[in-house]
Amino acid sequence: MSDTSITIHFTLNGERVSADVEPHHTILEVLRQQFALYGARESCGQGLCGCCTVIVNGESVSGCLYLAAMADGAEVSTIENLDADGELDVVQQAFIECGAFQCGFCTSGFILMSRQLLDRNPDPTDAEIRHFLSGNLCRCAAYPEIIEAVKLAAHMRKSKATMPA
Amino acid sequence: MKIDKTLEEQQAQQTTQQPTSPQVGRALNRLEARSKVTGRAQYIHNLVLPRMLYGKIFRSTVAHGRIVSIDASAARQLQGVFAVYTGEDVRKVIPEPYYGPAFHDQPILALDKVRYIGEPVAVVLAADPHVAEEATHLIMAEYEELPAVFDEVEAAQSDILVHDFLRPAGTFPDLKHLAGRKGTNVALDFQLRRGDVEAAFASAAHVFEDTFTTQQVMHTPLEPMVSLAEPDLGSGTLTVHTASQSPSFVRIEIARLLGWDENRVRVKSALLGGGFGAKLYIKLEALVVALALLSRRNVKIALSMEEQFFTITKHATTFRMKTAVNQEGRITARKCEVWWNGGAYADIGPRVTQKSGFTASGPYDIENVWIDSYQVYTNLPPAGAFRGFGIPQMVWAYESHADMIARALHIDPLEFRRRNILREGRPHATGTPMHDAAIDLVLERVAKRMNWSAPFERGTGALRRGRGIGVGFKALVAPTTSLAMVSLAGDGSCTVYSSTVDMGQASETAIALMAGEVLGIPAERIRVMRPDTDVTPYDMATLGSRSTFHMGHAVRLAAEDVNRKLAELANELGVPAAPASRAGELLRRKYGMQAGNIVGVGSFIPSYRSPDHETGQSENITPNWMVGGCGVEVEVDTQTGHFKLLRFEHVVDCGTPINPKVVDTQISGAAIMQLGISLFERMEFDEVGQLRNASFAEYKIPGIHDIPPVIGRETVDSVQNNGPFGAKGVGESATFGVASAIAEAIEDAVGVRLKSLPLTPESVYRALCAARNQPLAEE
Repeated sequence: MSDTSITIHFTLNGERVSADVEPHHTILEVLRQQFALYGARESCGQGLCGCCTVIVNGESVSGCLYLAAMADGAEVSTIENLDADGELDVVQQAFIECGAFQCGFCTSGFILMSRQLLDRNPDPTDAEIRHFLSGNLCRCAAYPEIIEAVKLAAHMRKSKATMPA
Repeated sequence: MKIDKTLEEQQAQQTTQQPTSPQVGRALNRLEARSKVTGRAQYIHNLVLPRMLYGKIFRSTVAHGRIVSIDASAARQLQGVFAVYTGEDVRKVIPEPYYGPAFHDQPILALDKVRYIGEPVAVVLAADPHVAEEATHLIMAEYEELPAVFDEVEAAQSDILVHDFLRPAGTFPDLKHLAGRKGTNVALDFQLRRGDVEAAFASAAHVFEDTFTTQQVMHTPLEPMVSLAEPDLGSGTLTVHTASQSPSFVRIEIARLLGWDENRVRVKSALLGGGFGAKLYIKLEALVVALALLSRRNVKIALSMEEQFFTITKHATTFRMKTAVNQEGRITARKCEVWWNGGAYADIGPRVTQKSGFTASGPYDIENVWIDSYQVYTNLPPAGAFRGFGIPQMVWAYESHADMIARALHIDPLEFRRRNILREGRPHATGTPMHDAAIDLVLERVAKRMNWSAPFERGTGALRRGRGIGVGFKALVAPTTSLAMVSLAGDGSCTVYSSTVDMGQASETAIALMAGEVLGIPAERIRVMRPDTDVTPYDMATLGSRSTFHMGHAVRLAAEDVNRKLAELANELGVPAAPASRAGELLRRKYGMQAGNIVGVGSFIPSYRSPDHETGQSENITPNWMVGGCGVEVEVDTQTGHFKLLRFEHVVDCGTPINPKVVDTQISGAAIMQLGISLFERMEFDEVGQLRNASFAEYKIPGIHDIPPVIGRETVDSVQNNGPFGAKGVGESATFGVASAIAEAIEDAVGVRLKSLPLTPESVYRALCAARNQPLAEE
């Protein structure tokens, strides 16, 4: 521990954890270096591509810009939390079914953002999907399949909700 | 005996069972899909090694200069810095530290001279990457500045020399004649001569001449380039972990630089977060190896997005084209002069210059052809392979030119192409007869999808509509080699060993489908090993849409070898033959327990004849041709120059699609990537050669808002007769013809012709103003 480091306590994917971080460390670095969670990744380093997306207190943030110190006391969740029970989330299933990725490097971010969209808007139009995902970049350009996957996931969520218990 | 009974009973059943379902042609989700949607896919980006040091690069601030001094004393004193190394330090572990696939012209760190802004000059190593980065800002370098040259046409004639003499690598026989050549920036001059163009021009009914240009762009894979070196100081071996499209080449090149046997160098790759040609041949690998040997520690260098722009790019080009046409609208002669802006180091540029250069006259049946194609050194970041290997630049020019000729002669652009395209059996400009290249079919299908013969709504008022089509082709790069192994374990489960790198094209799934087809095993049950040169056999590289064809054949041959060995084993054991899915039973019988392997090996290199050095002629220039066609409709706002795509249709000839679901995404992925290059991507340099927009804030790649509402995708019904299962590559074909079709659609809508990429609203607006005789002042 250096004389500038601070200790933060937060909830990570449902588990209470703590970490010693430097003031300049981002949450992305801490998740990768101290917790070996590699689903969020640094690509553009400027908060423009969405590869580093993580969820802090229910909101998606660019992990490459979000300072770790700010996560003290927060609830942080990552892509790795979605199948914690061994089952894929419907958005993950829909992404596989629609072939909504190629290299997969941006996929964590797109999936987390798509879930957030569907939480807020269970039945988005194409235009709403494009608008909500416009902060995520996919260099392989799986955009047509991503739009299809979000629509399929919306449909799957609805059928799940109406299924008799 | 129980085993015997099982074998024979099942054998009897087998004859009454349905045959194993075919694997090739299945629309299969990619085998690594679950790891990708759960964030658990393994990229080199994630790799951490014990006691690892991070390297951060100090880069040149001048485009051309002699290194007078490098003062790293302040950087070395920063707390936490392990070491700072320069080019002179590298010489201690690699005496002749020049690398490259075509030329050995690139120093691992700059020596004596710097040749572009952004060239690596020194590296700081530290356990904390932030410390390493901070220390790079404390390094001071002094240069004696030299005049620099940036434009490819100017550089071809300039007295300003980027390199004092040429250093061809000797890897490619057709570059050997360049060794020691002095006094020029032209690293390769490829020429093709067929018939008599001058006589044809003299007697032509019409002659057209135009110049087209393309801009320098960057691949921007979202996983930025990253390499690690892990020396084993005990055994004197070395492992390189690298996000590379060509692990076999990296091994050979590192062994050459070190003077080691290949077997002391192990190169491991992983899933790549995109490649597109950026991660080919050798990039950071020689640097991390040198640093690891100097520091005797594990070293990782992970570039930032910004640094990628200083590492490898796509050639800017200038293409001057002259065409003779007779009274019937048939092309009788074509002269092409192409200058490729190679930047400061050759990388694979000379091969681009030759392999794409020989297709410069287009997929047209022309009796008299003259091609000069020049790879030119300049003081810009190096250019190499980029999805299409130079073909998109060629198609942009020859299809724009075709549209302009058709317009001038009042011939419908589809009709003009029908009169001139190369058909089955006709000789290409190299003399090679065309086979299995469905150019005509692709063109007709594009036209059909565009409803070309139906009346077209042209819009009214300020909003005008237009449309364009185009077709292009690419010769598969030859000759190259692929090897593969297929192993059945004691329980009969199957593993394929291949050095093909899956960077998003779903090659692992395709390999499993092809092996499964031969072995009668569902692809989902086959495991494909990731490249590891100690484990997976040689493969030239994952590039140029070559893997389906070359690795496909190697895997097919290896699987057939397994079947042959299985039959031999059954014969040896005196039992009926069993399919691969039941190999475990044969092995158990032979070894008395679950043990052993059946290993099949496959090796493939297609036939090829190198082009004649004087004429570029060859009876067998390529194993196959990949074909792509594009159709677009645009709506242009005549008041602002803004335009949008209303329609975006793509048709390709990839032979038999191995996995139709993936083929579709390869088509739209390539098309959208080319759309970005056609409309907005451009590396902008100032007058001293400083790149001004090396970030996503200022360099725009296509986002989800930039794609048209519908993208048409189609594969024509065709078979590549010499391909594995009738297949050939598909990763690049949908890049062909995008830019030219948009330019034609703009002219069709508003009557102005753009001849430089990218096609921006500003360039449309400027052209509209100029057409009204009210030109705007230049920037």
